[in-house]
This record gives sequence, C-alpha cells and structure tokens, in this order.
Amino acid sequence: MFVLETKELTYIYGAGTPFEKTAVDHVSIGVERGEFLGVIGHTGSGKSTLIQMLNGLLKPASGTVLLNGGDIWAEPKKIRSVRFQVGMVFQYPEHQLFEETVLKDICFGPRNMGLADTEAEQRARRAARFVGLDDELLGKSPFEISGGEKRRAAIAGVIAMDPDVLVLDEPTAGLDPNGRDTLLQQISDYHKKRGSTVILVSHSMEDIARFADRVLVLNEGKAVMLDRTDRVFARGRELSKMGLRVPQITEILLMLREKGYPVHPVLTVEQAVEQLRPLLRKGGVRRGQ
Amino acid sequence: MDYITADHVTFAYGPGEGEEPYEVLHDVSLGIRKGEFVALVGHNGSGKSTLAKHFNAMLLPSGGKVYVDGLDTMDEDLKLEIRRRVGLVLQNPDNQLVASIVEEDVAFGPENLGVDPPEIRRRVDDALRAVEMYDYRLNAPYKLSGGQKQRVAIAGIIAMQPDCIVLDEPTAMLDPRGRQEVLDTVHRLNREKGITIVLITHYMDEAAGADRVVVMDDGKILTEGSPREVFSQVRLLKDHQLDVPQATELVWRLRGEGFDLPECALDAAECVAALEPLFKS
Amino acid sequence: MVSDITIGQYFPGRSLIHRMDPRVKIVLTVAYIVFLFIASNFAGLLCMVALMAVVLFSSGVPFPQYFKSLKAIIAIVIFTGVLNLFYGTGTVLWRWKFMQITDGGVYNAIFISVRIVSLILFSCVLTFTTSPTDLTDALERIMKPLRVLHVHVHEIAMMMTIALRFVPTLLEETDKIMSAQKARGADLESGGMMQRIRALIPILIPLFVSSFRRAYDLAMAMECRCYHGGEGRTKMKQLHLSRLDVWASAGMALFCAAALLCTLFLPASLH
Repeated sequence: MFVLETKELTYIYGAGTPFEKTAVDHVSIGVERGEFLGVIGHTGSGKSTLIQMLNGLLKPASGTVLLNGGDIWAEPKKIRSVRFQVGMVFQYPEHQLFEETVLKDICFGPRNMGLADTEAEQRARRAARFVGLDDELLGKSPFEISGGEKRRAAIAGVIAMDPDVLVLDEPTAGLDPNGRDTLLQQISDYHKKRGSTVILVSHSMEDIARFADRVLVLNEGKAVMLDRTDRVFARGRELSKMGLRVPQITEILLMLREKGYPVHPVLTVEQAVEQLRPLLRKGGVRRGQ
Repeated sequence: MDYITADHVTFAYGPGEGEEPYEVLHDVSLGIRKGEFVALVGHNGSGKSTLAKHFNAMLLPSGGKVYVDGLDTMDEDLKLEIRRRVGLVLQNPDNQLVASIVEEDVAFGPENLGVDPPEIRRRVDDALRAVEMYDYRLNAPYKLSGGQKQRVAIAGIIAMQPDCIVLDEPTAMLDPRGRQEVLDTVHRLNREKGITIVLITHYMDEAAGADRVVVMDDGKILTEGSPREVFSQVRLLKDHQLDVPQATELVWRLRGEGFDLPECALDAAECVAALEPLFKS
Repeated sequence: MVSDITIGQYFPGRSLIHRMDPRVKIVLTVAYIVFLFIASNFAGLLCMVALMAVVLFSSGVPFPQYFKSLKAIIAIVIFTGVLNLFYGTGTVLWRWKFMQITDGGVYNAIFISVRIVSLILFSCVLTFTTSPTDLTDALERIMKPLRVLHVHVHEIAMMMTIALRFVPTLLEETDKIMSAQKARGADLESGGMMQRIRALIPILIPLFVSSFRRAYDLAMAMECRCYHGGEGRTKMKQLHLSRLDVWASAGMALFCAAALLCTLFLPASLH
C-alpha cells in the first residue's frame, strides 16, 4: 500500500469565473513508503497546488487523496489530524516564526497536536538537533538569529511533529550554495534516520538528482512522468520541451551519447568520472579545438 | 580611469545595526571600468553585498575611499548625483516597487530628479521597452511574476539614465525562468546601451557570462580575472565554499587524473568539445 | 477570496466619467453628498436619484458590479430603514403593543434608505472610474493649500500610495502565513471569541515583522532612486481641466439646483 495516493485528483481555481484555471488535472500517483520523491515542473505546472491537497489545506474539486489507504476527507472535521501525519514546509518558512523563543516556536506544532509540554519540548529539542541548531539558540528570540538559523528553526518546527510524510517546497530557495548543500544533507540524513517519506519540490535539478529515488514531473497540471530519477533525467529532450532542464552533468553525457559515444546519462559528477575513465585516452597531443 | 574605484576600503557595522548579517570589509581595492560586466561572487557573509552598496553611496566606508566617475561618495552634496549615475537593484522584487501601476513606478526615479513631465513620459516608455515590459505598463505589480517585477525595477533605474547598474543578487528569489529573463535583460543593456553592470551573485553560472569575475571571501578579494581564469582555480574556490559548474568540475577532476584536457570548461558545450578528442578508438 | 470585495475597486475604461479630472470628481462627489441630504422632499430626492442614475450609466461599468457593492451594505440599509420605520410622527398606520408605524416613519425609512444607497452608488462611481493612484494624486493636489498649516501633504499622499500598492501583496502574504500555520496544526476556525483571537497571533506577528522588513527594504530602494521628500519633485501624470469637466460640473449644478428648488418651493408632503 502506498503511504500517500491520489486518484484523479483535480483542482480548479476560480471555478465559474472568466479566470477559471485547472491547476491540477486528474493526477493519479502513488508515493512509496520511505521513499525520497522529487517533484519538478515549470512555474504554474501545479506543484504547489498538488502538495497543498496532500495535507488537506486545499480541498480537491474532484478525486481523492488516500493516506495509508484512507480518504483524508472522509471526516472533514478531522482534517487537521492529517496535517500532523503529512508535515509541510513552505517556501521561505522563516516567515512563519512568531513565538517568544525558538524552542517555543518549534513546540507550536507538537502543542497543536495536543501533546503535553514535556513531550512537546523533548520533540522540539530532538528536531532542533536534526537541523543542526545549537542548544544555546533555543532560548533566543527567533527574530534575533541569523537568516539561515531562522530557516532551520522553521523546518525543525515541522519535523518536531514527527510526520510520516515530510513535504518540502523549495526548502533551499534563496540560500547560497553552501547553505543549500548543508540543508539538503541534513534533510537526507533525517530521511535515512527516521525512515519517513520525503517529498521535495524543487527547481534545482542537481539537488533532485543527488537525493531523490524517484521523480514526479508535472506539466500544465498533469502528471507526465513518475519514475526512477536516472530514467527521468535520461529523457532530457522531452524535459526541455516542457521548459525543464536536466543537471548539467546529465546534459553533458546526453550530448555525448547523441554524438554517438558509448555513454549513458548519469546524475552526479562522480558517476560521470567513473564512466568516462575507461573510455578516454591518456597522454598524447590534444587534437582539435 | 576607472568609472568606480574602491580605494583601500574598510567597513564595519556599528553595534545594533539593522537585521543585516555582520559583514566587514578589510582593505578592499577594486576598479570597475566603464562598459564592463563584472560579476562579484562569494558566499553569504563574504562582503560582496556590503561592497556593492558602497558603489552608490548607500554605505560609506569606515576607512579608505570610494569614487564614482571621480566623485567622492563621502560628499553629502554629491549623493543624489552619484545615485543617479549608479543605480542599485535589490534582491526582493516586491519590496522595490512603490506604485500601484507599473509605469507610475518606473516614473518614480525621474520624478524625484525633477525631470520635465513630457521627458519623464519618454524615458518611462523607453525604459519599459528596453526591459520588454512595455505591454504591461498599465498593470498592477502584484499580478506580475518575480522575473517581471525585477525587470520593472530595472526599468525604474534605467529611467534615471544611469551609467552603471549594480544588482545585488537580483535572481536569488526567482524561479529559473525569471532568472533567465533578468540575466538576458542585463546582458542586453550592457551590450546594446553600454551600461556598466556589476552583478552580485552566488550562482557561478551567472558569473560565467561576465567579462570579469571578482571573488570575495571574509571581507577581502580572494581572486579576480576572466571567468576562465577564475573558474580554473577549482581547489581554491571549493576551499572557500564556492561552487563551480558541473562541467568545470568534471574537466578538473579528469585533468587531475592525468587526462589531457584544457584548464577550464565553462559550460556543457565546452566540456563536450574538450572530451570528444580523447575518446578511444 | 478577499478579492471579492468590490467597494473601492477600480475598473479601467474610457467612459466620460473615466476621462474626467479626478480632482473634479472628488469635489463633485462631496457636493453630491451634501445636496443629497439637503434635498428633503420626494421631488428633490428624485432629482438627486436621477442625477445618480445618469452618472451611473455614463460610467461604463457594468451594473452587476454596482449590485455587488450594494450587497455588502444591504444589511445596514435594511436595519437603518426598519429602525426609522418606528420613529416618526403623523398618522398611525399600524400598532402593536408599544410599537407603532406612522406615515412619517415610512417617509423617514424610505428617505434614509434611498440616501444611503445613492451615497454608496455615487461613491462607487468615483472609485470604479478613478485609479487609486489618481485618487491619491488628486487628493494630494487638493490638499496642497494645507501645507500652510504645516500639514505634510506630500508625505501623507506618499503613505497612501504605498499602502494602496501593498494591500493586495499583504493579503497574499496573509494567505501564505495562514497556510503555513495551518500546516502546523493551527486551528483558526473553532472555539469561542477569545480562542479565535488568540489563534490569530501566529498570523499577525509574522505579518507585522514582515511588514517592518518590507518598509526597511522599500525605504532603501526609494533612496536608491533619489527620493528626498516632496521638494523639487515633478509628476509624470499631469492633470488638466477640460471642457468635459466644465460641462459635467454644469450638468451636476443643474440637477442640484433643481433639487434645492424643489425642496424650497414644493410642499414637503408625500406625493
């Protein structure tokens, strides 16, 4: 059984007005338990709308969302409980911080779940450690810490709810390469340690290539590809028709393959080096260009 | 003579200064030539943004001097003139737009300069055409995409007819399409109108398109040169937490293993061209 | 969601009303409201309603939009009307215990309802046909003489412009913050008054903080574009009084004069 499944999921903005737009168009996908799923698509392809239906923030126009086999809208009054199992981190999550101290803010989610203060605090501390926040920062006001620390505190706030599924919408937006790498590594470590399912929406193909087991490709509200990462990026030409690119390293090997060289596309520089090493000659004068 | 000169600039934020990260500049000397496209790169906290804000007198050096077209930025009376000549585009597209209608926002700069109304109209139209946003002149800003908003912000600067535009991480908050739009616009302005561009960024692929790349770390200039010269120093860049494009890294790694490859490949096409001759059989 | 509110919204167009000078429109709107309350018999009121109808038709904005604005205040109109029904003098038409409806009450109810509706509709014409920027511009120019009294007219107008510019942006941001907090289990729907107000704290504080940050960024951006206050500023948009404005004012003056004459010389009875 899939941990999350959608059947013909559809969402329409402005139904009945001249601005009607079908943002998500009959999407049927299944998310495997414990997998790291990447979601890519051009701006306006429906990514944000789709993920907000996964935790019940948006109600579908038609179709169903199944969490562990159960329709999340079966009991509309209990929709909040879905959000504790499917945790969501929005873009620029540091904008949601509000409490007096970082610790209290991270506890917000657990407290909403009805946990006792001690349990909530325990979870908060654990979450803070996962994202690399020093203990001493926990007593400070969230408005005193640096931008990068704010972001990690916000993400800790969702991890502290200990959701089965963690959805992240562009968690590295606005960060410099160093910050990006560190954060993604922490998310990956969390994923492995906790064994939870992670869904990562991102525009950075390199990040997706590094961490995702499978990739879902959305185009104009429809799910057009859902497959292993290497298989999706191997279809580079199709992706570029949809306005998406592949990681630069994949592009390089795709270009070589198209020129007739015996290579297959890869996801990382390491893999490229491994593959090319036996195929290239050493020494001699460099010919051509 | 350089258009902008930073002469042994030192800068430190006083205690209790705003929300900005504590960036400090140590004895930075740099010259920007007229018509150049310079990329200023470095990780967060390297001092690149702080240095950029000295170029239009938003910040004044604690030590050393900054000259814009011969004008000393420390001179209060010259501040407005300096800001007219050197425009600054910031990171957040939303927080730069003042008016509810695009063309009114672009007019904001010239209005501040006391330009004649008919002339303002001309400049606004020209500026919007230059950034390819003329069709949106009557739209409301909140309906535009990030890339479109940034282009409107750039138009607002162009309307003041500057010699130089400094852009502080203008694409950091944009999606790939928006990034491309802004970069294309900025390159076009540099090529077709000869406007000097100083692009602050942490995206190395953006720096690859510049005439000259200046790398900063810890408030100092680490290295500078053409993109090729700078990117080939992969070890140095990696040690200072900077990225290089994957193409550059691949060539560097294979070179390190003894393969006869050029010092630097800036993009996928160059990388492929460098690898082709080396295939066996 | 919140964009369904049409009071105060602007509908671009090229109608006669759209093309009038915004300063004239503001002055005439104020004048209309004054005469609306001066007209105190049916004939006079009819003149003012007729004027409002003429202006409405000339605005080129589709009727459904006007109805939407009325929908928002329909409750107030009915409430006020009913209230006035019970206050009046004259022949008693209906009595139950201590409450009574007199013909005077009916008269008052009709009058106050018609006045409120006309006032709202006429004001809507102003906001529907004048862009917020033009409105603040016109207000700034009208208020210029107040500078003598040390009123910071330019600064106030600048604040209004910026506020208008950011209202939709702030609404969007509120939506985003609400979604983010709901995703963390915030419950914004249930509970009594106190609980609901407390539940707003995780929304309001981030909103405040981000607004301060916006203000800081915006101030910096404005300085980069050589903003230095109102001195020496020119405006791209020039306002010129045209013949259209003269004719419109004359037409309005006619209606208002007629209303005044009706009020003064016709009997204040119910026919």
